[in-house]
Amino acid sequence: MELNYILTLSALLFVIGLFVVITRKNAIMVLIGIELMLNAANLNLIAFSSFDSTLQGQIFSIFLITVAAAEAAVGLAIVVKVYNYFRTADLDKINEMKG
Amino acid sequence: MPDLNNILLYVFMGLCGLSALFIMFTKNILYAAIALMITFLSMAVIFIFLGAEFVAITQILVYVGGILILLVFGIMLTNKTGTNKVISLTYNKVLGFVASGALFIILFKGITLANFSALGWNKDSTLLEPSISSFGKILMTDYVIAFEIIGLLLLLALIGAVRIAGKARKEVNNGA
Repeated sequence: MELNYILTLSALLFVIGLFVVITRKNAIMVLIGIELMLNAANLNLIAFSSFDSTLQGQIFSIFLITVAAAEAAVGLAIVVKVYNYFRTADLDKINEMKG
Repeated sequence: MPDLNNILLYVFMGLCGLSALFIMFTKNILYAAIALMITFLSMAVIFIFLGAEFVAITQILVYVGGILILLVFGIMLTNKTGTNKVISLTYNKVLGFVASGALFIILFKGITLANFSALGWNKDSTLLEPSISSFGKILMTDYVIAFEIIGLLLLLALIGAVRIAGKARKEVNNGA
């Protein structure tokens, strides 16, 4: 059945995002993994919304895309700033705080 | 009887999964960003097949046009330029495989056991007619407060991002 395939693809995307977040140390790669996981949730919403005439799933996925955009903008700004301070984007080497 | 629509849908689903797997295995961050673009675009095609045209267009505008460009800028700003490639090695591979593989097995088992076709709303799986007009009506009437709030959130996030990433002003340096 079609819905099962799409849900399986969504699960695969989520798992790949999780793998990327766990195994990479570069901050940009971690952000890429987070984007993949958000997209997997989005795909689930759209897949179930295609059986629903009230379009609630589509509305919610629009909100999800907006929040993902805000998250990516602020996250990348922080990564660039942290790189300017520590001269590295390696998450294991960023281990000291001010204060 | 496989009709053309289903074949196209499966092709794009396969493309989506393959490019995501490429992100998983590549070491070059720029290649990962390009593969992420292919994933997003094929996912927009899948959205169109599922009857969500507006979300598909938003996906292309926001993800491919916005977030991906930001990611490429981030890659360029956070790596030493030169002849060497932008490499990100993988660590904790065993832990990652175990955790994500276990989660995938759980999810796959749940999806196959759930038997969605037994549900009532699944019977009339007629894909809805082009829904942009009804989508716009719903978004501007029932969900208009949430829409305004999400716009405000996006504005605040963008101002905050510019404020964080921009050059620090003098008085901030003195005060800190």
